[in-house]
Amino acid sequence: MNQVLRALFAPGFFASDPVHAALVVGAVVALVTGAVGVFTVIRGQAFAGHALGEVGSAGGSAAFLGGANPLWGFMGVAIVAAGLIELLGLHRPRARDVATGLVLGAGLGLAALFLYLDATSSSTTGVAVTILFGSLFAVSQQMLPSIVALSAVSLVVLAVCYRMLLLSSLSSDLAAARGVPVRALGIAYLVIMAVAVSLAAETIGAILATALVVGPPATALRLTKRPGGALVVAGLIGVAAVWLGIVLAYDSYYWPPAGHGWPVSFFVVALVFLFYLAAGAVTGMTQARRSRRSERAARRTASGCAEHPGDAA
Amino acid sequence: MFSGFMVNTWIAATLVAVIAGVVGFFVVLRGAAFVAHAIPHGAFGGAAGAVLIGVNPLAGLGVFAVGGALGIGWLGRRGRHDVATALALVLMLGLGALFLSFSVEYAAAIYSLLFGEVLGVPSDELLPIAGLGVACIAALAVLYRPLMLTSIAPEVAEARGVRAQRIETGFLLVVALAATMTVPVVGVLLMFSLMIGPAATAGSLTRSPRNAIALSVLIALATVWLALAVSYLTNLPVGFFVGTLGAVWYGGARIWTARRRGRTASG
Repeated sequence: MNQVLRALFAPGFFASDPVHAALVVGAVVALVTGAVGVFTVIRGQAFAGHALGEVGSAGGSAAFLGGANPLWGFMGVAIVAAGLIELLGLHRPRARDVATGLVLGAGLGLAALFLYLDATSSSTTGVAVTILFGSLFAVSQQMLPSIVALSAVSLVVLAVCYRMLLLSSLSSDLAAARGVPVRALGIAYLVIMAVAVSLAAETIGAILATALVVGPPATALRLTKRPGGALVVAGLIGVAAVWLGIVLAYDSYYWPPAGHGWPVSFFVVALVFLFYLAAGAVTGMTQARRSRRSERAARRTASGCAEHPGDAA
Repeated sequence: MFSGFMVNTWIAATLVAVIAGVVGFFVVLRGAAFVAHAIPHGAFGGAAGAVLIGVNPLAGLGVFAVGGALGIGWLGRRGRHDVATALALVLMLGLGALFLSFSVEYAAAIYSLLFGEVLGVPSDELLPIAGLGVACIAALAVLYRPLMLTSIAPEVAEARGVRAQRIETGFLLVVALAATMTVPVVGVLLMFSLMIGPAATAGSLTRSPRNAIALSVLIALATVWLALAVSYLTNLPVGFFVGTLGAVWYGGARIWTARRRGRTASG
């Protein structure tokens, strides 16, 4: 037993402070993005989810330049970008797609400028990589309270809007007919998503933010059709992917090339992707079985009819 | 600004702008901005891998861009298209993060790959760029009619026996080809903004497809030339000007059309 544990968890795993912080922050972020992401997937806003995370890096790099906490920069810019997308996007999905693209392009342009200025002003050339790719092991303990508080706030707002949001996500016409303020709800949802995604992008990197806001929810929606269940399943899958990724990244220090840990983002993304494919395979098999069963039943009734031609007449 | 090594940059940038303008028209028409962003951005992972094993980054970009395009097409048939795009993008970037961690490449080189660099076009890269550009235009010329039909009237296209999935895959491959051209000048992060900004602006100014394509190419050229010149003079990154100019053109066009509509309504 002990040996199995040692094979799974490299020595020092449970004693390391960065690992503790990574486990806690990763779990919190995975739960929030999982819950928020279910609506992202249902509403078909994966592009906006990704864009908000990347645009936030403009704010992050600007805050870095001004010496402020990057988290507030990420969040402020992401919220402004969410408003712009909604303002430009009108209601047609194609216009929304282009609007998201334009906002993302402008945001990335600004990020290019600020990252360049960061690099020249502080002569730390690694800023671009840190801000764009992030690292779970670099999460600072001091940020923990604000991360948890912001996550709690977004989850509470999501819970309050839950029923209205679900209705307007599934059928905006029906929601409008029932008196749900669809437009205002759309903006509110984008703001919640901006908070969740920029939280994730700042702490664990923009790649993982997109992976967690899209991957586990899409996987969960393949496994269960009930939205409430999907929220829980998405959160669990996200936490599983992040924790497993952290364990593997920690272990990888002993893998070739020796003495060099593999990036945690790679493991988490690969796990998220594998879960999505596996869920597709599982649902594909059950669907095939179900359709075969109904086919057989149909054949049975058809042959039953053929045996009693008089019944049909 | 126009002497010596800068000549290559101007030629490459002009080629990139023409391709981005033409491909961008179809990107905006099909609402495919996410794919146009994901393929070049994800292909960055391939460039990182190519640098790691000591191959020309252009080759790595090409392999990842084409692989990403095929992957998005394959996954998109079995699930939501935007989910497939997002997952393919993060997988490619995750691999990129892995390759980057193994290589000892300078951060400055990564930065110029992401955001573009004015002084980065060797003479022997001009020919591949031109070749890719010609391939893009040729593919679009062949695909033009079915692409227009499946984009504007999918039902009619289906009734006429156009295979929408094959057209979609072909279109994704064209985007992948265009993405591969971007390495030296615009950078992987801003190529898509060169596709969307000019094309969206042209689309809001004219309704005819041919005029829109021509206008989109002109605006893309203006964007790149302006960005290059200002970047050369100020030493600021090209990507900044490309990204913000796209949004500025579009904002200007929207205000202009709204004003004109207001005037015709009142007058």
